Amino acid sequence: METSVSLEIDGKKVKAKEGATILQAAKAANIDIPTLCEHEKLAPYGACRICSVEVEKKGRSQVVVACGYPVEEGIKVKTRSPKIDKIRKVIIELIAPVLSNEGMGTIKTLASEYKADVSRFIPKFKATPTRCILCGKCVRYCSEVVFRNAIGFVGRGTGRRVVFFPDRAYAYCATCQQCFGVCPTGKIGSQTTGDVFSGFSIDDFISGKMS
Amino acid sequence: MPKVSSAPALEELRRDIESKRDPKKLCIALCSGTACVASGCQSVSDAFEQELDKQGLKGEIDFKRTGCHGFCERGPLVVIYPEEVCYTNVKAEDAQEIVKATKEKKTVERLLYVDPVTGKKIAREPDIPFYKNQQRFVFGPNRWIDPRSIEDYLFIGGYAALSKALFEMGPDKVLAEINKADLRGRGGGGFPAGKKWEETRNAPGEIKYVIVNCDEGDPGAYMDRSLMEGNPHSVLEGLIIGGFTIGSHQGFIYVRQEYPVACSNIEWAIKQAEEYGLLGNNILGSGFDFHVKVHRGAGAFVSGESSALMAAIEGKVGEPKLKYIHTAISGIKDRPSNLNNVETWANVPLIINKGSDWFRSIGSEGSKGTKIFSLVGKVNNTGLVEVPMGMTLRQIIYDIGGGIPGGKKFKGVQTGGPSGGIIPEQFLDTPIDFDELTKLGSMVGSGGMVIMDEDTCMVDTARYFIDFCCEESCGKCIPCREGLRVLREILTDITQGKGSEKDIETIEEVAQVMADASLCALGKTAASPVLTTLKYFGDEYEAHIKEKRCPAKVCSNLINYYIDPDKCEACMICMRNCPGEAIQGGKGIVHWIDQEKCTKCGMCYQLCPTKFSAIVKLSGEPVPAPVPGKAVARKKGG
Amino acid sequence: MTGISSIVNRVVEKHGSNKDMLIQILLDLQSGFGWLPREVLSEVGKELGIPQTRVYQVATFYKAFSFAPRGRHSVRVCMGTACQVRGASLVRDRVQQVLGIEPGETSPDMQFSLETVNCLGCCAMGPVMTVGDAYHGHLTVSDVEKTLEKCA
Repeated sequence: METSVSLEIDGKKVKAKEGATILQAAKAANIDIPTLCEHEKLAPYGACRICSVEVEKKGRSQVVVACGYPVEEGIKVKTRSPKIDKIRKVIIELIAPVLSNEGMGTIKTLASEYKADVSRFIPKFKATPTRCILCGKCVRYCSEVVFRNAIGFVGRGTGRRVVFFPDRAYAYCATCQQCFGVCPTGKIGSQTTGDVFSGFSIDDFISGKMS
Repeated sequence: MPKVSSAPALEELRRDIESKRDPKKLCIALCSGTACVASGCQSVSDAFEQELDKQGLKGEIDFKRTGCHGFCERGPLVVIYPEEVCYTNVKAEDAQEIVKATKEKKTVERLLYVDPVTGKKIAREPDIPFYKNQQRFVFGPNRWIDPRSIEDYLFIGGYAALSKALFEMGPDKVLAEINKADLRGRGGGGFPAGKKWEETRNAPGEIKYVIVNCDEGDPGAYMDRSLMEGNPHSVLEGLIIGGFTIGSHQGFIYVRQEYPVACSNIEWAIKQAEEYGLLGNNILGSGFDFHVKVHRGAGAFVSGESSALMAAIEGKVGEPKLKYIHTAISGIKDRPSNLNNVETWANVPLIINKGSDWFRSIGSEGSKGTKIFSLVGKVNNTGLVEVPMGMTLRQIIYDIGGGIPGGKKFKGVQTGGPSGGIIPEQFLDTPIDFDELTKLGSMVGSGGMVIMDEDTCMVDTARYFIDFCCEESCGKCIPCREGLRVLREILTDITQGKGSEKDIETIEEVAQVMADASLCALGKTAASPVLTTLKYFGDEYEAHIKEKRCPAKVCSNLINYYIDPDKCEACMICMRNCPGEAIQGGKGIVHWIDQEKCTKCGMCYQLCPTKFSAIVKLSGEPVPAPVPGKAVARKKGG
Repeated sequence: MTGISSIVNRVVEKHGSNKDMLIQILLDLQSGFGWLPREVLSEVGKELGIPQTRVYQVATFYKAFSFAPRGRHSVRVCMGTACQVRGASLVRDRVQQVLGIEPGETSPDMQFSLETVNCLGCCAMGPVMTVGDAYHGHLTVSDVEKTLEKCA
């Protein structure tokens, strides 16, 4: 028999299965928490941090990501608060320069909800906008769902990139294209058909040609 | 070497080693820690070997290369046993005289340490104020042992704690002692080790791991390196005891690849311990099996974070994992894993041998025992120091460190590395204690203690730390990766005179979000240096932003080099060496700097002879116009 | 087996053909070849049975690995905090000026590779740089050029 856990989300009493995450419990209770790097078919990753929520447990409060934090008996979750709203607002402001206009997509709605000033950090952004927020959904989908490993992460820090591996990609990508749909910014679809990976391959990265 | 297969056999071996060593025999010990190696102790070593041979003294006087003694400022260091006479700044040419003097039971006066306050020479190492004010329980043994000799370690009592743990105490009693001692992690977190051990021990699962974190990434901190290089068996012994207590049979030692000697010495120690039956199957005949594997890092500060380190041990990319379960319960391969720092492990045999009451008698209320610090930067006695917790910053910096060189004024002490902060003068009487330093916005951290003086710019220092974190961020999560990028730009702009008033507000908001929402401690604490400098040195930020002035005269864009025409003696040194050919003038003609061509490299400033000191740095004030062709002012005689 | 694949095979086997030892294997190969050629990385993936995505993710994450041959002399300027407060930035700038390359680059004549490192643990001698295995301490801006000339 599955154990059920009782918790509170935004003042609402919610029941969830043991082992479920706060995000899953919230979804089941029709409570909306924004996400960027989460996908139901993928293991929680915790990269975008936009699903951050406040959890109060035994009198102590901490900020955690709803996609990864397991439900616990008696915890009180706040999905909105001045602290949480500020986190989401600043995250949007931080990724806006990376996205450039075409990449804003669904993030525009989030931006207006959290009153983010999307041009705030543009003067401080000196690199080329990559239109990639490194959420990793493409990489993880290719690895965890279709098991092709044709696309992967390379590099570190602000030099971190997503690249295709032509040896694998030419074999599978043109007919698969499943990562195109999970990409929140539309970058993948805009830059490759599965046959062309200009500026987007491991060779481009290694040779230093990638922006 | 037949394996030692019981506790009595170990003691018999120890007595055997002791019987073959004459405590009165002369021994020349050369400190061979990496800093002394960098100072040229290899040539000193060769010279001693040659001299002992030449003077026919090879059998009469022993020669030993030990690990780091700690007084790095005065290396290469030589200590003559049994008298413990200490010679500083030894060169290869000195070997002949030292060997001769040692044989004749005399001292080489000119190589002794001179107390800068009394002017007196001090012959014995323990009497030198640098050492006298320390309590070197963990680090001290470095000076007596050759790290590649297990018998040296056995001679000083090594592996007695392991034997005691295995045969007299058992896991429960060992755990109780570690808990009672209140040993807190020495790697930065300060978390009670006993609690972590207990959690791992009680976690479900047959297979458990214990790990040594020797990834020491804080720049300016090299305590773990010196312990691992100089006394690898102390760490190994602690690890085996930990494994025994927790119920683990597999240990990992993660050493950063930038420490090749440490890697090599610990691997050698493992091999020797296995040969002697102190590691491997059926240790000392107790029935306890324990194996150790060494993993080298590959150049990533973030891989020192617990979950990242464990990922690296699994051969995966060493970046932190999203996990809300303690690694003590689910770590390497989702198995219970206990990770502790090098120094934490090295304290374990001490606690077992001397007892938790002894350990508790040292230190402060909340922080027991000693801590090794790397005392570096603008300080006279640079080196590694071990002091009881509770000693004040002032005592460490002045009594042990000898204060600030060059008569400069102390400005701040940076502790806790990139996760820490800079503590200003008004807090110098704060005791070193995990909780006390946290209250000030900094932390004890791994033990790096960088002293800064009036010539250090706090804004530039904040920029330096943010830059470091930018380079080292794994880049996985947005708040850290993008937050650091923005902070770096803002701080760089401020140091270049392009800052604006709202920058401070922006810094604070971004820092808060990083602290709340980042995935791991690197992101969460990366803004600490900026926040503490804003708190304690806000006036420097104001000067940079409002006046475009750098009070410490460090930030290149905000300073100008200027040759004082009344002091310049036209010696041509700066003119000839300026890489940008920016200095005009000639023989007998006062030199002047063409500010348009000046690249602010600082070459002229360094080269201008002290007796003239004609070059100054100006900041926030207009540079006086040059007077080309002006003749050097002739000084009147008398 | 080609030359490269037999070398890779030897290194992989030395580490028990164990996937957990990927980083250790790459370190040995970097040390042996001086860099990590494409064929080597491809071979490692094949021998260990792990996808290229993971091999490259690991290899490109760490500073120890290079993907192009390095220069004859490896110049490492310490940028640790203690060296920083003693003026390491100016020393590094001067090294860049003299060698004509930035950290992470190799000079076109393949003589020098420049890197900055976080701490060499020789803080008493700061500012410090190493050229190959040789340490050069108490560096001032004016020492840089002759120090590098002596090594070339």
